[in-house]
Amino acid sequence: MTTNAATTNAVVSTADTTNPAVSTADTTNADTTDADTTDADTTDADTVTADPAAAPVTDTGTAATAATAVTAVTAVTAPVGAGEELQVRRRRRLSPGRRLPATRLAGPALLLVLWAAASAAGQLDPAAIPAPWTVLETGVHLWTDGTLPKDILTSLQRAASGFAIGLTAGVALALASGLSRTGEALIDGSVQLNRAIPTLGLIPLFILWLGIGETFKIAIIAIVVYIPIYLNTHAALSGIDSRFVELAEVQGLSRYAFIRRIVIPGALPGFFVGLRLGVTGSWLGLVVLEQINATSGLGYMMFQAQNYGQTDVILVGLVVYGIFGLISDSAVRLIERRVLSWRRTLSS
Amino acid sequence: MATHTEQLTRPAVRLRGLTRSFDGRTVLDSLDLDLPAGQFTALLGHSGSGKSTLLRAVAGLDHEVTGSGRLTAPERVSVVFQDSRLLPWQRVLDNVLLGLDGKEADRKGREALAEVGLKGREGAWPSELSGGEAQRAALARSLVREPELLLADEPFGALDALTRIRMHVLLRELWERHRPSVLLVTHDVDEAIVLADRVLVLDHGRIGLDLTIDRPHPRSYRDPLLGEYRERLLAALGVTEDHQ
Repeated sequence: MTTNAATTNAVVSTADTTNPAVSTADTTNADTTDADTTDADTTDADTVTADPAAAPVTDTGTAATAATAVTAVTAVTAPVGAGEELQVRRRRRLSPGRRLPATRLAGPALLLVLWAAASAAGQLDPAAIPAPWTVLETGVHLWTDGTLPKDILTSLQRAASGFAIGLTAGVALALASGLSRTGEALIDGSVQLNRAIPTLGLIPLFILWLGIGETFKIAIIAIVVYIPIYLNTHAALSGIDSRFVELAEVQGLSRYAFIRRIVIPGALPGFFVGLRLGVTGSWLGLVVLEQINATSGLGYMMFQAQNYGQTDVILVGLVVYGIFGLISDSAVRLIERRVLSWRRTLSS
Repeated sequence: MATHTEQLTRPAVRLRGLTRSFDGRTVLDSLDLDLPAGQFTALLGHSGSGKSTLLRAVAGLDHEVTGSGRLTAPERVSVVFQDSRLLPWQRVLDNVLLGLDGKEADRKGREALAEVGLKGREGAWPSELSGGEAQRAALARSLVREPELLLADEPFGALDALTRIRMHVLLRELWERHRPSVLLVTHDVDEAIVLADRVLVLDHGRIGLDLTIDRPHPRSYRDPLLGEYRERLLAALGVTEDHQ
């Protein structure tokens, strides 16, 4: 502020001595205030500048007006300028900022483009990595001749049956063990033991017990699925806030009402974590089972292709697995969002 | 009016020789207490004096506690906790209706919400309510069951000072309209004086002071006549007011 006032004085004094100095000083000052059109004084300053020759300083009156105008103008501009200087400096942003639109697909799309470009340029060995269009062609061919739909159906049936059994078992066991101490004593230890054994390690035993047919495959998938569902649901059930249990007692809820209105909704978030792990597990189990002990299904198709060196068929199989995984995971997410809609108010 | 007096003669809560102890430490020591029907009673005491133990005993919530004595309490008892304890996965109206059945339930729930000033918030999620609103919803939930006895365990302890004053007015209004017996557990002497017609001080598991506050409602914190009650209560709590 003080420095600004000093400058004004300097301008006024120069205005008294030399003509051009006045006009330059005025022009700069007028320019700075141009934005401030409401100030009547600015117009005065403008008139002075507009005609530098016709405004000789001989006329002291005009000079004085010009000088006052200048002072007024500076007085107006000064706080604005000072305000700008004092403005809070914005902190450096450390978060990555706003999400770019449709960026999830950008990475995969780029990879696809690179793959296609490298294939077209002949940089990739077609026996190792066939071109995208070859894979597409093979896929269409396998689909139209009926082998692919049949294999997909077989695989889906296995995964779905195993998943359904695993889901039911996981939830039933978690409820039994989470809601009664007897159930917990009988079930929880056994499941924890079961969890310690890698399920795929059970394959030889299960083949001897159940034969190499569908039953054993479904059983293995069911085991892969039930474990994460049980573990997460059970943890959620035992983690239910004791204050809510107290509330249920105070409100005189029946055991059934307590389970339906407090236990189940309270355990749902944990259940969904388990469900998503279970879905992923069912595909994993399926792939392993079909590639080592099957005579039909997607894995079998890929296994056969490996014997004949058909990388394109293997890639078709992988793409189908990928699509399955993506669809099932999105479906679970969608259901989760619907069912746990009360949580969105917390995150938003 | 006649029924009213008759109600007053029959105690809503009767405790005889109530003893409760945790790990060998006696929290309630052979306590005798009668709460007349329709009376607004406040229970003061230091933390650890057994206030909450007493309330939980009357509410029937002390499952794994060693103790003896006789206790009679009404059939319909509601409890308001310090936290609103609304189920986050149920909308406000469903929270109010928790444990209530019948075709009239929905209408009663809406009425109760309107009564506590939450008309229009029936469909909100608890997470969308402010602290005061959540506690209003909790009050509605306890009222909708038409309790003969309302137990409140420091219900306004977590609220800011302004909200607390508004809630005091609301609670008193609701009590005047529905006339349940109230046992309000609090550590706030002023709250007890402003709201209750009888204030008990619990000291080492026994009733240290039983004070009837005979002043008209609504009461003001600035009422000089309440100052005398205040001093007696603070003295019973072992707080001296030398600085005043």
